[in-house]
Amino acid sequence: MASSIPALQVTGLRYRWPGAASDVLQIDTLSIAAGERVFLRGPSGCGKSTLLSLMAGVLLADAGSVALLGQAWSELSSARRDRRRADHLGYIFQQFNLLPYLSVLDNVRLPCRFSRHRAERTRAGDAERLLERSGLAEALWSRPASALSVGQQQRVAAVRALIGGPGLVVADEPTSALDEDLRESFMALLLDSCAEAGSALVFVSHDSRLAAHFDRQLDLPALNRAGTLAAAAETAA
Amino acid sequence: MTPLITLAARSAWNRRFVLALVVASIALSSFLLMGIERIRQDVRENFAQAVSGTDLIVGARTGPVQLLLYSVFRIGNATNNIRWTSAQVLAQHRAVAWMVPLSLGDSHRGFPVLGTTPDYFKHFKHGDKQPLRVAQGRAFEGLYEAVLGAEVARRLNYTLGQRIVLAHGDGAIAANDHADKPFVVSGILAPTGTPVDRTLHVSLQAIEALHADWIAGARLPGMALSAEAAAQRDLTPRSVTAVLLGLKNRAAVFSVQREVAAFRDEPLLAILPGVALDELWDVVALGERGLQAMSALVAVVSLGGLMAVILAGLNERRRELAILRAVGAGPRQMLWLLALEGGLVTLAGVAIGVLACWAAVAGLSGWIQGQFGLTLQAAPPGAPEWRLIGALVAGGWLASLVPGWRAYRLSLADGLSPRL
Repeated sequence: MASSIPALQVTGLRYRWPGAASDVLQIDTLSIAAGERVFLRGPSGCGKSTLLSLMAGVLLADAGSVALLGQAWSELSSARRDRRRADHLGYIFQQFNLLPYLSVLDNVRLPCRFSRHRAERTRAGDAERLLERSGLAEALWSRPASALSVGQQQRVAAVRALIGGPGLVVADEPTSALDEDLRESFMALLLDSCAEAGSALVFVSHDSRLAAHFDRQLDLPALNRAGTLAAAAETAA
Repeated sequence: MTPLITLAARSAWNRRFVLALVVASIALSSFLLMGIERIRQDVRENFAQAVSGTDLIVGARTGPVQLLLYSVFRIGNATNNIRWTSAQVLAQHRAVAWMVPLSLGDSHRGFPVLGTTPDYFKHFKHGDKQPLRVAQGRAFEGLYEAVLGAEVARRLNYTLGQRIVLAHGDGAIAANDHADKPFVVSGILAPTGTPVDRTLHVSLQAIEALHADWIAGARLPGMALSAEAAAQRDLTPRSVTAVLLGLKNRAAVFSVQREVAAFRDEPLLAILPGVALDELWDVVALGERGLQAMSALVAVVSLGGLMAVILAGLNERRRELAILRAVGAGPRQMLWLLALEGGLVTLAGVAIGVLACWAAVAGLSGWIQGQFGLTLQAAPPGAPEWRLIGALVAGGWLASLVPGWRAYRLSLADGLSPRL
């Protein structure tokens, strides 16, 4: 994959929730280079989660385009979008990332079930190696995910997002449920693993203390013209 | 699809308690439906088997259903009797193998009394040509001996040797009884599931002796005869209510029927029991349809319950569905997943219900026969049952598609962040 192709390219994006009166997102341009680590800051309710769903191709832009590794989501059929997401995207939720009825290892290998591409890029022992680096005791690997603490679960989620080296990893406030010590070790794991896999990382948080870890910091309200327009309209009124 | 199937199985196992409840509720309603259907069919069957092996029933001219009702089911009264001489002529007809007379009209504590000959126990058949079986004692031999149907003995708690008094007519008038001529129970019949169970059987001569000092339904004043004196009289009956005929060759049944209709001495009617039973069933078919409608309602209500349970569980699964979406499962796969689960849960529930119903019928049929006189058969499902099973499975699967469709919509609308 040529490094000149950005991991993510947003151009002229507009999105409005069905039935809403005004746009929630209007972003002229946002480009994230391959392997780049971006910190995306924004208060809750500013459309962060919506932007992440658009990045993941779960939602489609009303206007403009969102392209993952040079391929616009809107040009793909629904089934192709699902396959492309499985192939090239890792996603970490704020909490509850794991299927409670699968073992830790099965949870880590979950993307390989849905994506042949990810399965082919995963060498035997990759899952174990990544888990080992996450510091999770080997005795826990075959336990069901529900037996893990929140901090352990988030680390497994990071490992899962990175299995098979996807082009982009999206993390939606993954540290909000962790205390300070756990947060630091989680950040180290995530950043190191992304660097090793060459994956770009979009990390969303409202915790500014974490921003220093990243190549670039973005402020969503500043980026989002829908927000400024609304604010301007408020001031005018 | 394969990764989904194993996931679906693991996920279902994880929710096994709730799913087991759903399976149990479907099993219960299938059990109920199959049970009602079984009873409906077997009631009809029992009804149709109240008399068999009899080729013709002959009585005074009336409607076929009417004749069947009073001669076999002991419901209502004959408007006219037939003369004993006519019955004898019929018995000697060249095509007739046997003739059993039936004389009705008296009762004992609400149960009808049938005067007949010992041939009755030999020729009367019910069900699949099953003969009557004397469970205790023996058929009547002496004049004042009675043989009880199984239900009579059970309900009145009578045993062999019990002395009983018959009543004239339906026994409504207390003084109107035959207390001067008491009977002794000589035998008790095995249960048959037919009106025989509710009947007391005595000899034709006993009926004659009971009424030796009666005329036109009332006791002749000053003419009372003791039981012993009555026994000395000529007890050849003057008339009987109806006769059962068995033919030497069944093929002759229509020609004999026509000859009876053209009988010169008095107006007679001969009916084929099977045909008259079908006519009678048409009359009561309304109740049967009511039972079917009730079954359908039960099914609809239980499938509604199934839908509600799955829908209620859906909210808990939105997180699970979001995780699957994030790792690349499509909304269509979600729909498929839920439809598969619904289908399997329905199938399991229906299978358990049907098997449980079969086992219950097999295990309890003896007790039900004894208690209610209804013979239930633990038969493999026939065409109506298969239709019912098919409708249940299809309905359950369709009902599970509703939550599946909702999950599909939610999964599209939520994207990756379920609003819980």
